[in-house]
Amino acid sequence: MKNVLTIVKKELTRFFKDKRLLITTLILPAVLIYVLYSFMGTAIFSQLNNSDEYVPLVYVNDIPNSIDNLLTTSEIKLEKKSYSLEEIEAIKEQITNQEADLLLIFSDDFDQMVAEYQTGLGDAPYILMYYNSGNTSSYTIYQTLESLFNSYESIIANKFDINMQNDKFDLVTDENVSSMIFSMILPFLILTFLFSACMSVAPESISGEKERGTIATLLVTPIKRSELAIGKIISLSIIAILSAISSFIGVVTSIPKLLGGLGEDISVSASVYAFKDYLLLLLIIMTTVLVIISIMAILSSLAKSVKEATTIISPLMIIVMLVGITSMFGNVNSNLFVYLIPIYNSIQAMGSILSFNISYINILVTIVSNVCYSLLFIYFLTKIFNSEKIMFTR
Amino acid sequence: MKKVLEIKDIGKTFTLSKKQQKLEKTKTNKKVAVDHLSFDAYEGEIFGLLGPNGAGKTTTLRIISTLIKADYGDVLVDGKSVKNEAGEVRKKIGFLTSELKLEDFFTPNYLFDFFSTLHGISLEEKEKQKKKLFDRFGIGEFAEVKVANLSTGMKQKLSLAISLVHNPNIIIFDEPTNGLDVITAKVVTDFLKELRSEGKTIIISTHIFSLVEKICDRVGIIINGHMVACDDLKTMTAEKNLEDVFFDIYSQEVGDK
Ligand SMILES: Nc1ncnc2c1ncn2[C@@H]1O[C@H](COP(=O)(O)OP(=O)(O)OP(=O)(O)O)[C@@H](O)[C@H]1O
Ligand SMILES: [Mg+2]
Repeated sequence: MKNVLTIVKKELTRFFKDKRLLITTLILPAVLIYVLYSFMGTAIFSQLNNSDEYVPLVYVNDIPNSIDNLLTTSEIKLEKKSYSLEEIEAIKEQITNQEADLLLIFSDDFDQMVAEYQTGLGDAPYILMYYNSGNTSSYTIYQTLESLFNSYESIIANKFDINMQNDKFDLVTDENVSSMIFSMILPFLILTFLFSACMSVAPESISGEKERGTIATLLVTPIKRSELAIGKIISLSIIAILSAISSFIGVVTSIPKLLGGLGEDISVSASVYAFKDYLLLLLIIMTTVLVIISIMAILSSLAKSVKEATTIISPLMIIVMLVGITSMFGNVNSNLFVYLIPIYNSIQAMGSILSFNISYINILVTIVSNVCYSLLFIYFLTKIFNSEKIMFTR
Repeated sequence: MKKVLEIKDIGKTFTLSKKQQKLEKTKTNKKVAVDHLSFDAYEGEIFGLLGPNGAGKTTTLRIISTLIKADYGDVLVDGKSVKNEAGEVRKKIGFLTSELKLEDFFTPNYLFDFFSTLHGISLEEKEKQKKKLFDRFGIGEFAEVKVANLSTGMKQKLSLAISLVHNPNIIIFDEPTNGLDVITAKVVTDFLKELRSEGKTIIISTHIFSLVEKICDRVGIIINGHMVACDDLKTMTAEKNLEDVFFDIYSQEVGDK
């Protein structure tokens, strides 16, 4: 056991004293993700807000008072006047050429006609709207006004009301929104970060030592092969978790910016989760890292060089990504047996925690089976370290 | 003299991969590296294992050092069997080859401490041994320089120091002067003689006749995994020089087949 600590200490010293390694595995992921996501958020935001800054130009012929009141508050540039027929033709021309956005024409004595009109009797008063569906702003203002007039019409007809009281009818809470978004994207992101964090340390530490012949120097000391295997797995896991945490910080700090682009109504905050949720998440993450690192350690120890190890592990990355994507489809699998499948169980368990569908038995099965798999893999790694065929081939 | 090392009829056959078969230009996938090989080594002597490339020297030394297992036979190191007490054996021997590398990132100081801990050496004992070895090889002034920045000679001297952290009584050295310039080579061979005078047992492997003639007390000639001659250097070279003795035996051995 003391030898395990010695190995862990050496590996961590190696890591923490190497500035380049520190920067690339701890600092860079957080910074890159933050910059990337913030940038994406800003890009979405500016696209959505482009149309807001634009003031549409609307010509209105003989505007009735009621409509005038209705439109004064909106950010539309209204050109109100009594236009002649030629002028009206000219305005239509402008709309075609995308120089103006809309032309509104009301039937004569609009307000009075509306007040007197009874459904089904005689000619109804009307509104004509000329627009250009090939022009985004024209089409947008057309749709806005159309729905505005529609609701105006239903108000004055007033047969019945829908959601007219001052009340909060959309019962969605920030918590629901946050947990839905988090449970859909975070398991996948976390798994991706864990995997790439493991990828950046495992092959280098195991195939690298084998390739450079430094592991043979260790093998002639009285250290037990199992101690070497456990020491390597523990230290690599610690480093991988630190690196994953770095990525995680990047995500959590940039998510508000990323989602900010989708509108002010959605406020997403990681504070919807309780301490207990974070603790469970951490346990899942830690045992998942153990599984991934020990699989990678085995593959790396079989490879002759770092390059070969990376080549062997890459296809695994694709499989893991595909498994990770299953979290995007929402529904958490409740079948107990699927929590025995490594990686998939972690994805499902993380999804269930983040969406408040925690089943403790499933999480327990996940954690216990992950630990068991890791122990099994460590046993194999010990066998490999013992195998002269693998450690001393030429 | 006390017998500290007993190699008892060991043998090792490797199974070759397709790639290795091509490299070695053989049709069979079996390669007999060591074939019924026996010899002893005594306290306070340097034993030289002399043989051409591919004779089975490294394989033999690896079996003695518990890095690989013999197919048959056994080795007793100070009475401990490599088969059943590998851990005990590793405490008694220091194994060194030019293929054993140290991690570039660390300093001599750190590595010495690290390997001392793995060998379970007390702090006091470690400091004593470190001072002795670092002084002997002039590593002291480079104690805080990363291995990556040391010269090849200094690296080799450091490996030597590191493999002796536990002050072993038996030292196994595969090709001790391989890749060293004459000056560093002399430092190493002088040191081996010094260790001998302290009563340690040293086994080296080499294909260099002059090295054997310079430092060995006894020599075993190994060809194709067989020990074809094993005697005191003086007795063996009583009439002819070592090179002639070797080629006489070699032509006989190879001619037989
Ligand atoms: N791991 C291995 N797998 C397959 N064959 C091997 C292995 N190790 C050694 N051999 C073969 O066994 C034979 C003896 O090898 P060994 O390394 O013991 O020779 P050596 O005397 O040390 O030679 P050299 O002077 O080249 O170091 C060689 O033919 C070699 O190709
Ligand atoms: Mg050799």
